[in-house]
Amino acid sequence: MDHLPQLVAEARAAIESAQDVQALDEVRVHFLGKKGEITALLKSLGQLPPEERPKAGERINEAKQILSSELEARKQTLKDAELDARLARERIDVTLPGRGEQTGGLHPVTRTLERIESLFAHIGFDVAVGPEIEDDYHNFEALNIPAHHPARGMADTFYFDASRLLRTHTSPVQVRTMKEQAPPIRIVCPGRVYRSDSDLTHTPMFHQVEGLLVDEGVSFADLKGTIEDFLKAFFERETLSVRFRPSYFPFTEPSAEVDIQCVMCGGEGCRVCSHSGWLEVMGCGMVHPEVFRHSGIDAERYTGFAFGMGAERLTMLRYGVNDLRLFFENDLRFLRQFG
Amino acid sequence: MRFSETWLRDWVSPELTTQALADRITMAGLEVDAIEAVAGDFEGVVVAEVVAKEPHPSADKLNVCQVNDGSDEPMQVVCGAPNVAVGQKVPFARVNATLPGDFKITKAKLRGVESRGMICSASELELEEGTSAGILVLSEEAPIGASLRDWLALDDHAIEVDLTPNRGDCLSLKGMAREVGVLSRLPVTAPETDMVPAAHQASFPVRVESPEKCPRYAGRIIRGVDVSASTPLWMTERLRRSGVRAIDPIVDVTNYVMLELGQPMHAFDLARLNDAIVVREAQDGERLTLLDGQDIALRAGTLVIADEKQPLAIAGVMGGEASGVNASTQDIFLESAFFSPLAVAGQARSYGLHTDASHRFERGVDPQLAQIAIERATQLLLSIVGGEPGPVTDVMSPEHLPLGHEVVLRRERLDQCLALVMADDDVVDILSRLGMRVAAMEAGWRVTVPSWRFDITLEEDLIEELARIHGYDQVPVRRPSARLKLSASNEAHQPLARLRRHLVARGYQEAITYSFVAPELQETLTPGAVAPYLANPISTDMSVMRASLLPGLVKALSHNLNRQQARIRLFETGLVFRGELDDLEQVAMFGGIVCGPRHPEGWSSSRENVDFFDLKGDLESLMALTQQPGAWRFDAGEHPGLHPGQTARIMCDDRHVGWVGALHPGVRASLGIKTNAYVFELEVEALTQGELPAFAPLSRHPDVRRDLALVVRDEVPVMALMDVMREQAGEWLVDMRLFDVYQGEGIEKGHKSLALGLTWQHPSRTLNDDEINQLVDAIVGEAKTRFAAVLRS
Repeated sequence: MDHLPQLVAEARAAIESAQDVQALDEVRVHFLGKKGEITALLKSLGQLPPEERPKAGERINEAKQILSSELEARKQTLKDAELDARLARERIDVTLPGRGEQTGGLHPVTRTLERIESLFAHIGFDVAVGPEIEDDYHNFEALNIPAHHPARGMADTFYFDASRLLRTHTSPVQVRTMKEQAPPIRIVCPGRVYRSDSDLTHTPMFHQVEGLLVDEGVSFADLKGTIEDFLKAFFERETLSVRFRPSYFPFTEPSAEVDIQCVMCGGEGCRVCSHSGWLEVMGCGMVHPEVFRHSGIDAERYTGFAFGMGAERLTMLRYGVNDLRLFFENDLRFLRQFG
Repeated sequence: MRFSETWLRDWVSPELTTQALADRITMAGLEVDAIEAVAGDFEGVVVAEVVAKEPHPSADKLNVCQVNDGSDEPMQVVCGAPNVAVGQKVPFARVNATLPGDFKITKAKLRGVESRGMICSASELELEEGTSAGILVLSEEAPIGASLRDWLALDDHAIEVDLTPNRGDCLSLKGMAREVGVLSRLPVTAPETDMVPAAHQASFPVRVESPEKCPRYAGRIIRGVDVSASTPLWMTERLRRSGVRAIDPIVDVTNYVMLELGQPMHAFDLARLNDAIVVREAQDGERLTLLDGQDIALRAGTLVIADEKQPLAIAGVMGGEASGVNASTQDIFLESAFFSPLAVAGQARSYGLHTDASHRFERGVDPQLAQIAIERATQLLLSIVGGEPGPVTDVMSPEHLPLGHEVVLRRERLDQCLALVMADDDVVDILSRLGMRVAAMEAGWRVTVPSWRFDITLEEDLIEELARIHGYDQVPVRRPSARLKLSASNEAHQPLARLRRHLVARGYQEAITYSFVAPELQETLTPGAVAPYLANPISTDMSVMRASLLPGLVKALSHNLNRQQARIRLFETGLVFRGELDDLEQVAMFGGIVCGPRHPEGWSSSRENVDFFDLKGDLESLMALTQQPGAWRFDAGEHPGLHPGQTARIMCDDRHVGWVGALHPGVRASLGIKTNAYVFELEVEALTQGELPAFAPLSRHPDVRRDLALVVRDEVPVMALMDVMREQAGEWLVDMRLFDVYQGEGIEKGHKSLALGLTWQHPSRTLNDDEINQLVDAIVGEAKTRFAAVLRS
């Protein structure tokens, strides 16, 4: 009984010197376990005279509690240290590059086509597509371009035989749609088109998006509003100047070319706009009654407008691409810029 | 159409700067392409006369001239031009004059002889391109001492207008002036043309056999012309400023009248015509030597001007050499005809020709012009080459002449189309100035279209005329309105855009390759593929339509390999073209090509290259988007462009929809591709047709997994084995996966060990061991029966 203080001192020293949770547990067992020394003291209480027992018991329990809580505190310290050590061991260089696949990318022309489709989808236009090997009727006749019409010279056509050809525009899709669907019609027709022209500023294949809206009471003013809204949205320039210049397409009447203020120089004049301050970006007009007639739509009841634009040209202006031919070389160093 | 601004201003001259005038024209739909000065920038050049000429004492090719430039005494000038002669009026640059290129004229000594000034050639004044053969000789009436700029009105611009094909009526000064007149609301003054009275009664017979193609043919004899006369400078200058080279006075006059009025004309040498002019269709194979020296075989149907013996000219296109005017011509027969646009359309092109005449006749020449033009040409010819005109023969077929038709313009339609209300007066004024006769009626106007407007047949055409003259900028800006109607949407359908993005997320770049490819490349990659050939390709490299996406993708791969790109992942979507024209399929395909390392190079990635299964994995993840795992199958297959042991046919619902495989090593070798490359191609439609997700209740009961290792012969397809196992595994099988394929120690040669994990789960109770053991026994038994599979212990 007299050696209790000594035991407590020993136990404290042992707790203090335990270097891990396991050693600490051994200390606990040694002093406080079933066969531990302090436990043994408790068991020996019976040998004391009854009047001393409560006091002695109290002292032993007190010592036991103190040691228990010191053990617990030491355990926490050791656990903390262990966790700290583990965390330190697990430190990584978070600046190392991540692992796994890099993201690829869409072709810039696809980006543009999807963007145009989505802008028009928001005002209720559907996407329509059609064949690329077309016949003379859908590519020309139905669009009011009869054989030998000088307008055929406007597009150098790739032919397969006397009547079959690669479509020179996506307008045949409009014809096909109007034949199948009754007004109101709102469609955009994106796709590949072909003209036998190949130089610095022409590739024999390129992409167009054409649009068509047919309904009752559609006016040239509606066309102007739609095109202006589109161009401002496409270039994300609310103040973009847009002008409509009279022109000629056999399938529209009245017809217009659409110029925008040069997006490269802001209209000051530069090489891209040939120092005119304006860029021709699309053609448009009111659907020609002859086209309605070919498509079986009553031109007295319905009017409509159509427009068409070159996706490569818009892509070049939007992203500052200066060489048309890059679009079809598929050089990864080019494609990756549009990921 | 190119013309001189001052010439235009003789007709109508709005108070606008050149640029403002050009802008006005452009905004009316006649796009001005270029405005160019008609002469170089020079000053101090005057008209002078060469009064004396002596050889230079010490230079063979030089002359010492005295010129009178209006100063008190003659100037001595050394001149090297071979054509300088006494009596000539010449452009003379005085000392201190500045020539184009900021070239200052100073007093100089040339080989010891003093020279004070310079006699100029046309090119030195930038009046013509290139280098002139000699000095410019001015006409006799040039006033000595006058500024050359002023006298020739060189402060002028050539305006080039890119006319749309509907505006043939603007291919003349007269037409351009009419446009400018209506745009500026000014009257237009035409040069005066009088009827030239016949000086004799000789005429040449004209017989028109194809009146529908040639509804009008006017002609006249002019006797005794002097073809050695020279064309006056004012006329050659106007021709030059319009981009037309002066040739001889007769051709120059016909060209001049064409530019001025829009009527193409032709002059024949009367002595070389036999008996009569016959306007007829050519017989197949008839030969004609054209003015440009080309000998051609005519085709039946081509309209020709012939005499009783032979064709003389292709009507409205080009004259013939044999009947043309030459240096010995004395009498001419002048032609001024109207050929219908349809008769001429396509003819020039079909013979590889394009002439000023065909350009105009194809677009439509005013049929009323023939008479006026022939009088105007006669008037001009008489003043230059002299001669005596005969009466005009004018063979007309009125029923074939396109003359003044009526178009009704409704006020309501006009207002509706433009969303604005134009004043009645404006409507009438604009249309009248355009040459239309306008009569008001209750609903609008009855408009008689003039004979020169071939493009106006409908109400809409009139609306466009009014809109463009009034100004498109005057049309308000509105937005179309429509009913807010939801459109149908098929959720199971996978949009192509989603499929594209899926591969993008897996590291692919999208390519766009040409739809026409080199036939040899196509034959190498897809031997025997049939696709249409272009009749007029840009080059043989782009002459056949692609029957597959492979040629384009392989070409793109090579392009990048040749630029040090090792890891390539490309895909493309687009149509391929299969079969002959009459039995053609245009099928949307999705294709891709990969080569190089499996992973992007990095500090912790393996350096291994991709193989078949990487690409197959990409495809399986695409297919998973369709939510129909059971629909897809890969069967071993053979494709001539692909490795016979590493090729699969892709099947969807038992339909063959595509291929995946390694490029055949032989094909690669022939294309110079040194690395393994893997390709796929499948029909877009199979990928876009998906299914909606279908919910299955979740089981609360534990699942049971058993792993089996089965040894089979090498050639047993795993998929076939798994299909059989699945059949035996019962309805509670929820997953089966292959987690190892082993060959080597412990496994008999020619065999492989397949480790498969099978998981069962019952929806409403716990499965017991007996049930599972029975199923495993059935699986193993059937695998043994069908594939001689042995359970590996």
